[in-house]
Amino acid sequence: MAVTIDDVRHIATLARLGLTDARAASIVAELNTILGHMDELAKVDTDGVEEAIGVGAEGAPVRDDKGPPFPLARSLDAFAPSVRDGFFLVPRLSTHESPEEA
Amino acid sequence: MTARSCAAVRADTAAGRVKAADTLTKAIDRAREVNAGRDGLNIFAWRDDEDARRQAATIGDRLADTTPGALLGVPIAVKDNIATLTMPTTCGSRILEGYVSPYEATVVKRLREAGGIVFGKTNMDEFAMGSSTEHSAYGPTKNPIALDRVPGGSSGGSAAAVASGIVSIALGSETGGSVRQPAAFCGIVGVKPTYGRVSRFGLVAFASSLDQVGVFGQTVDDAAVGLGVIAGHDAMDSTSADIAVPDYTAGANADLKGLVVGLPKEYFPSSLDPQIRAKCDAAIEHLKALGATVKEVSLPNTDLAIPVYYIIAPAEASSNLARFDGVRYGLRLTGDGLRGMYEATRSGGFGPEVTRRILLGTYVLSAGYYDAYYRKAQQVRSLIARDFRRVFDSGVHVLFTPTAPSTAFPIGAISDPYEMYLSDIFTATANLAGVPAMSIPIGRIGGLPVGGQFLASHFDEARMFTAAYALERALGAEAHA
Amino acid sequence: MTTSVPKSSLDGWEMVVGLEVHVQLKTRTKLFCACSAQFGAAPNANTCPVCLALPGALPVVNKQAVGLATRAALAINCEVQPVSVFARKNYFYPDSPKGYQISQFDKPLALRGWIEIGTRSDSSPIRIGVNRVHMEDDAGKSIHDRYAGATAVDLNRSGVPLIEIVSEPDIRSAEQAGAYLRVLKQILEYVDVSDVNMEEGSLRVDANVSARRRGDTKLGTKTEVKNMNSFSGVERAIDVEFARHVSVLEAGGVIEQQTMLWDGSTVRPARSKEGSHDYRYFPEPDLPPLILEQGWIDKARHDLPELPAARQARFAADYKLSDYDVEVLTSNPRLADYYEEVARAHGEPKAAANWVMGEVMATIKTSGEDISRFRVRPFDLASLLGLVRDGIVSHTAGKQIFSHMVATGDQPAQIAEREGLVKIDDDSQLSAWIDEVIAENPNEAERLRNGEKKLQGVLVGAVMKKSKGRADPRKLNQLLTTRLTS
Repeated sequence: MAVTIDDVRHIATLARLGLTDARAASIVAELNTILGHMDELAKVDTDGVEEAIGVGAEGAPVRDDKGPPFPLARSLDAFAPSVRDGFFLVPRLSTHESPEEA
Repeated sequence: MTARSCAAVRADTAAGRVKAADTLTKAIDRAREVNAGRDGLNIFAWRDDEDARRQAATIGDRLADTTPGALLGVPIAVKDNIATLTMPTTCGSRILEGYVSPYEATVVKRLREAGGIVFGKTNMDEFAMGSSTEHSAYGPTKNPIALDRVPGGSSGGSAAAVASGIVSIALGSETGGSVRQPAAFCGIVGVKPTYGRVSRFGLVAFASSLDQVGVFGQTVDDAAVGLGVIAGHDAMDSTSADIAVPDYTAGANADLKGLVVGLPKEYFPSSLDPQIRAKCDAAIEHLKALGATVKEVSLPNTDLAIPVYYIIAPAEASSNLARFDGVRYGLRLTGDGLRGMYEATRSGGFGPEVTRRILLGTYVLSAGYYDAYYRKAQQVRSLIARDFRRVFDSGVHVLFTPTAPSTAFPIGAISDPYEMYLSDIFTATANLAGVPAMSIPIGRIGGLPVGGQFLASHFDEARMFTAAYALERALGAEAHA
Repeated sequence: MTTSVPKSSLDGWEMVVGLEVHVQLKTRTKLFCACSAQFGAAPNANTCPVCLALPGALPVVNKQAVGLATRAALAINCEVQPVSVFARKNYFYPDSPKGYQISQFDKPLALRGWIEIGTRSDSSPIRIGVNRVHMEDDAGKSIHDRYAGATAVDLNRSGVPLIEIVSEPDIRSAEQAGAYLRVLKQILEYVDVSDVNMEEGSLRVDANVSARRRGDTKLGTKTEVKNMNSFSGVERAIDVEFARHVSVLEAGGVIEQQTMLWDGSTVRPARSKEGSHDYRYFPEPDLPPLILEQGWIDKARHDLPELPAARQARFAADYKLSDYDVEVLTSNPRLADYYEEVARAHGEPKAAANWVMGEVMATIKTSGEDISRFRVRPFDLASLLGLVRDGIVSHTAGKQIFSHMVATGDQPAQIAEREGLVKIDDDSQLSAWIDEVIAENPNEAERLRNGEKKLQGVLVGAVMKKSKGRADPRKLNQLLTTRLTS
């Protein structure tokens, strides 16, 4: 499966990585080389093999529904790029407020 | 020159024979002596000697403790992807430049509780993606043994801190070999625990199903003491195992009678550098002399480890690194609106290797490719894990292999990404299967260190350490010759 | 856009609707961290490394969230899976701090449930299937109009536990959609897993709408409609979107699979970039699979409180109440509990129903309080009803006593004594008042004596007034009649 420049632009968008045209072009070659090595996997018979998933047979540990919350040694102002009245600020979304449009 | 061992420092500090401040001064002096700074070896991303002195000053109050902490008065270097309350945690990246974590990793908390002094954050490949520490936004780290060579990666800074004699113990992290391979390149001990043995809470995630905090030590004993302090269940990490931590130093003087050592043939291919093979053969003779039974075994799916690793790790990384978006912490660059901010921040903040892996990871998870790549890789991963289970179930206790296919290569020598990935060829299998593994120095070739690797079954670190202790003892000075 | 399609044209088409309902679970703390999940704190006050998605933070599952999610799934007849798997849903948005939501994908908590929403004309029940129920963490809030040029992000809500209930595309009309939502909300209230308040955001609805010609079995292309904030809004949005589908299809066009946003009267497409819906789901590596013992699931099913349908049937059978009364009294579980306590203590279900649906509900409607906080407790109301039934106070006096009980919280018998509302049926007292009234109203008395029966009421009323409502009406009428005929 060869990766095209359109694929790279598409995944760069999904990953919110701004790529210049030059970089995108060189990435196409890099990814194709790397993925070429992955094609060995296609030849392996994995019929009926479970995906490696999870740790331990007991499953996810659960905790009681109570605090106290894990403390922060510093308030948001100490590390947030832009805070006002306790809110994080980001540039206004230019269109409607839905995740699909961000 | 080497730093004093953890055990010696602890004993002397507890007995009042040595002050923590003096041990610390020695470390600071040594760092200056070897030129650990930015224009020299470039070992540390950040040091705060004032903060270290403040920590050392509190040790005096701890002398009255009934049981002195196992690392009492010991200065420890910490890889810069492990959250500390003082000093930034940058992960070798611009995107976290100056970010000081408002909480601390469990492993750091445990080090401090044991009386350890956090001495600096060490340089690393950006977000732990690399095998040479050349991919840091803050410049490459040099191998203290040979200044024109890489120290290995991604935990190159921590390895160099120990190899240059500044500290006797350092924390690193492993995802595909990032502690063992630098340990081999720098001639020191490096341990990757069983997946789940050590808490990941506060370890900045690269590939969550592979990551573990690892320990570097000047000697096997230093590493054993260090692992004993940080290992154990943590309620803040749902993948951490609720299994008791044995005393990893207990087997320090045992011989190896009754130990069955397997040599997986796939790790001794005909293409293996003959000099490395010779060093391994010599080590194997020592193991036999110590009483071990040595036999050839097979881990047939070993060859698939790199493709499997380089699908799973970037896939998980692409998701783990999505939180670096300029909204709540770290670098923020502006662009056209919100989307512009995301793209400017992430393209300005991430280096080329990280960018490459995020794209690769996003691709293999994307619609239409998930089954062929990610799902397939996780299935093959099961096969790799099964290989180990079968071998350990057949009566083999530990495995012995070379740690890396080469000695430390020159800085700048490898530019092809895939060629760099192949450095992990002997190490990545342990991360994929979750088994513990460690590298100890077994000799030098042209002055460059060679590492020999032990692997054991899940949570059998004690047996792995016993074998390593014995081999280290048997090799003596040969390990650095 | 608004679309106006003649009804006759719509008739040839069938609406196919599935609903996705997100429900906030009422836990004390968040799903994956111990921060408070309570509403109303200062912005970003309820945050920690985990829900801020600081580097190195990890999720740990809240046991109570699992319990509530399981209870909800069982209450809508789902098969709760012993093993379910959390999965990452990857997307970028400022109120999604990790850059992914932890949800469930291939292996959700529960499958294959159903909800009954009424009966067809042949009395067969209308069942709407539930495809799945899964757990996930909520996003924070993005506020767009507070600061010029910026969006303000509050992560207090980030990490609050949600369940998503996905119906099968079994809904065939807006009315059915509304019924489904009302029944679902009621069930979830009964099992006490959520506040299920759409205005407050603890219940959210997205609708998947498609159209096909009547008789077709194949599903048409669906669109997703979002941003409704009431059940009636959902109903109207569905009708509008269906009409839009029909007008496009009738004109020979093709429905584009996209997200539509409701603005109160119309739908418009969400401006989304192509491919932005690729969530790249994969199993959450920071969480092992969630394993529930079958015994635990069985006990949870056994421990379910009485569900609305069962309670309604029981009220009808045991209390012999009308359909209307049953519907009103079971509309929420606390009201039903209140009523039952009154009915049992008093012994006369119909009288209890009248008072609860009348006086009680009128009072709490005005005050806006919840019945569980209502000052007049069931046992005390039953006492009052007893006083009325036993003739100790008149019905009218009873209402006055009730008002006092609301105001003071005092006992009815106490109030009756204190306010002098105890019914008077003492012959001599009543006779004395009758004499007074006759003396004061000689004309009316004369006319009544001569046969104008309707004036009885006037004189009775006058005595009642003198007695401040306490005169026993029956006795009074008897005595007056006797007095005037003698």
